[in-house]
Amino acid sequence: MQHSTPWRQALLPGILLALIVLIALPVLNVFGFLSDYYLNLFGKYLALAILALGMDLIWGYAGILSLGQAIFFGFGGYAMGMYLMLASSGQGVYGERIPDFMVWNRLTSLPLFWQPFQYFPLAIVLALLLPALAACFFGLLTFRRRVSGTYFAILTQAMAFATWLMCNRNEMNLGGTNGLTDFKMLFGFSLNEPSTLRVLYLVTALLLVVAFMGCKWLVASKMGLVLTAMRDQEQRLRFLGYPIAHYKIFIFALAAALAGLAGALYAPQVGIITPSQIGVLPSLEVVVWVATGGRGTLIGAILGAVGINAARSFLTAYYPEWWPIILGGLFVGVVILFPNGLVGIPRQIAQRLQRARAHCSAPPTSGAPTLDGAGRARLAK
Amino acid sequence: MRTFVLLLLTACLVGSTYGVQPSAAAPPTALVMALTSATGQRAALVQMRDLVDPTLKPVLQALKEGALYLWQGETLLILTDAGTLVDLTDRPLLDSAGQPFLPTDNLEQVDLAQENMPLVQRALESLDLFGADLAKRRSIALRWGNLPDLTLLPLLEKAEGREAETNVKAVIAETIQKLRLLDPNPQVRQQAITFFGATQAESALSRLRDLRDTERDTHVQASIAEAIQRIETYLQMRNAVAYVFNGLSLASILLIMSLGLAITFGLMGIINMAHGEMLMLGSYTAYVVQEFFATRLAGYQDSYFLVALPLSILVVGVVGIILERGLLRLLYGRPLESLLVTWGLGLMLQQGARLYFGDQTSVNPPTWLRGGWEMMPGLILPYSRLLIIGLSLGCLLVIYWLLYRSNTGLKLRAVMQNRDMAACMGIASQKVDTLTFALGAALAGLAGCALSLIGTVDPEVGKTYIVDSFMVVVLGGVGKLLGTVLASFGVGMSNKLLEPAIGGTAAAVYAKVGILVLVILFLQLKPTGLFPAKERLATGAVR
Repeated sequence: MQHSTPWRQALLPGILLALIVLIALPVLNVFGFLSDYYLNLFGKYLALAILALGMDLIWGYAGILSLGQAIFFGFGGYAMGMYLMLASSGQGVYGERIPDFMVWNRLTSLPLFWQPFQYFPLAIVLALLLPALAACFFGLLTFRRRVSGTYFAILTQAMAFATWLMCNRNEMNLGGTNGLTDFKMLFGFSLNEPSTLRVLYLVTALLLVVAFMGCKWLVASKMGLVLTAMRDQEQRLRFLGYPIAHYKIFIFALAAALAGLAGALYAPQVGIITPSQIGVLPSLEVVVWVATGGRGTLIGAILGAVGINAARSFLTAYYPEWWPIILGGLFVGVVILFPNGLVGIPRQIAQRLQRARAHCSAPPTSGAPTLDGAGRARLAK
Repeated sequence: MRTFVLLLLTACLVGSTYGVQPSAAAPPTALVMALTSATGQRAALVQMRDLVDPTLKPVLQALKEGALYLWQGETLLILTDAGTLVDLTDRPLLDSAGQPFLPTDNLEQVDLAQENMPLVQRALESLDLFGADLAKRRSIALRWGNLPDLTLLPLLEKAEGREAETNVKAVIAETIQKLRLLDPNPQVRQQAITFFGATQAESALSRLRDLRDTERDTHVQASIAEAIQRIETYLQMRNAVAYVFNGLSLASILLIMSLGLAITFGLMGIINMAHGEMLMLGSYTAYVVQEFFATRLAGYQDSYFLVALPLSILVVGVVGIILERGLLRLLYGRPLESLLVTWGLGLMLQQGARLYFGDQTSVNPPTWLRGGWEMMPGLILPYSRLLIIGLSLGCLLVIYWLLYRSNTGLKLRAVMQNRDMAACMGIASQKVDTLTFALGAALAGLAGCALSLIGTVDPEVGKTYIVDSFMVVVLGGVGKLLGTVLASFGVGMSNKLLEPAIGGTAAAVYAKVGILVLVILFLQLKPTGLFPAKERLATGAVR
């Protein structure tokens, strides 16, 4: 009984999600209600939703606020981008076997670290493995020393900043500020063909559903319980003998791998990956998707990612200069007004109503201390 | 009165009738005439150069510009820009009727031989070398130091003898020695080389290096090597001093910024991600004040900074109060949410500033803050940076007094140690929070105003230093003021010392990355910073 529950919990929402992204949207596309352009756009959103899933795992469930998820996304994106560049080698302006920007950098042969990305299986494995390993390493350095909370958030942000700085340098041989672009072929199919993009959409949607169900299963399993406990009462859990650092490193690496997968799916659909998708701002945007959709729900992360990115595409087309203000306003508004996000709004209303009803019948009790994450009693507001 | 006007009129009339004009002293005729002969031109020019006679200036200038003419084979005339002919004392050429006269024949341009062109230039420059303009004297002396022309030596020696300004005198002396490096006599060369070895003049380094390759005399060779060695040692030392100063300057900026961050973090557990934008507000306050002075109080333009500094502290402090009361209060005990809210707010402020003020503006530092103090030859410490170092020390003292010597500080530290207990003892902890947050913001405002002196004012001005100051807070811990001081010193210094060690165009980037790696490694030793807050709770790590 215990063993079947997590799966069953994952099954229903998973099927629902699959119905929408795998069946409904493609059917609309086939019958012409949804143009190829919008399908491709949705493909991009769904890739970003995978990134948001990872963020929700670590922040919503385990209480780890990472402000550097875009680094891992970038790893995946660049890994895929490198493969795509090499797959279309010889078709650049100079007709060389190496990408055009390397010709500008006066390189004559492929740098060593580019070599593995000539092969697709290796590239895709590295797109997942590199972020996971980087996360493991960073987690080892921080979680093992019990660096957490605000310190961890700031350190990851500094990491994002540093990675962004490095990626902008031409001598890193990653295309500098221009990033990697001008992809032409994937498995011999042109990336300009709508049919190729349709297949890419289907793959992305499928992987999103799989990732979603996997995450659902994970959080419903015993592991998920430990994660939630870690978020709410880390100290008590440690006293119970759980190796907190191991759990944190594991979940952080998993989220990083999801981010890498998202990046690898994003790059071919958008056709470009640049350092601007790696820095501090994109990392924080992921946080805002999850916060808006609803933390600790997984489906909220997907909703937030798709919803905010759709809004962004729409708004930046008409009012580009207002987008940062709207984004900032979302941060402030959501955190203060809707701490449980979009998904939590019905419950929030229900609670309000309940409280109002209780208020009528009994005088309120006030001043009861609550415990925050650090185990420190504070007066409840 | 009437008689006076009459007199004046008469004087004018008399003057115009007889063509009498005040005439400048005439240049020596024979010498000037020698310019017209192809064979004697060179000698005449050399003589003119050494004569240093200001009356020769018009002739030389005209010769250089090809405006010198010989009329009827005997009179030298200068063609002015207005198209008239004047003689060498600036009197216009008049015909018998007293009208300006432009002859069409018998007028011959005086040729300047191509090889004599530099000589004319030198002759003109020699006038400047002995002239009244200090800056010109200096620049001519500097220029002559790079000319391989030993014949200039007597002139320079004469100039050195009469020069009263010690600054210029030193430059002339250096130039003389530079020329002596070319002397055919090895002993003279040796002396010059020893001179440069003793004065450690950077400007002579390349000359000495050139000389090293051509020198035949072994004794001289040895002293060249020694002099080069001495100069290079001096340069290394000077660079080291410069790096240390740059490090100090960065450290002082980081200190002002992170003091505010660290206090807020220590007290409320909140990292104010909008701290960089608070700084930006301070910069823009300075900008607005400066604009106001420029348009309304132009006469007091220089004192705008004295108004801008307190005003930016005040403005940003008030913004801090509004922020704390309006937003952060709602998020008590949820540090991560506070972090996100402040970040979102920062984003809005940044874009708001961009929409309102445009992309980039800058502040003109008041004149008394321009320039700098020449600490050692070739090393100038800008006054603005010195002021910032002073300001940060001032801030440190004020904060120290506030925290450890005042009643408010006592309350603040009590709340920092144990909020609930302090509240039970009757300390209004919420007021303390507001005050602290406002103080932190005000410090950022001050930093912003100070930074407007050394950089541009733009919406992203905070971005340059904010990541570094976060690192300072992480490194310093929240327990003691000393932690923040040491950490900003460490981060600032290692940043500026790493840069030259790495070298290249990307040094600043890699230095930043290096700092981050160092901070993370340091956290392996002390995960809660240099001076963690003492707690009885077994949290072990920071919030």
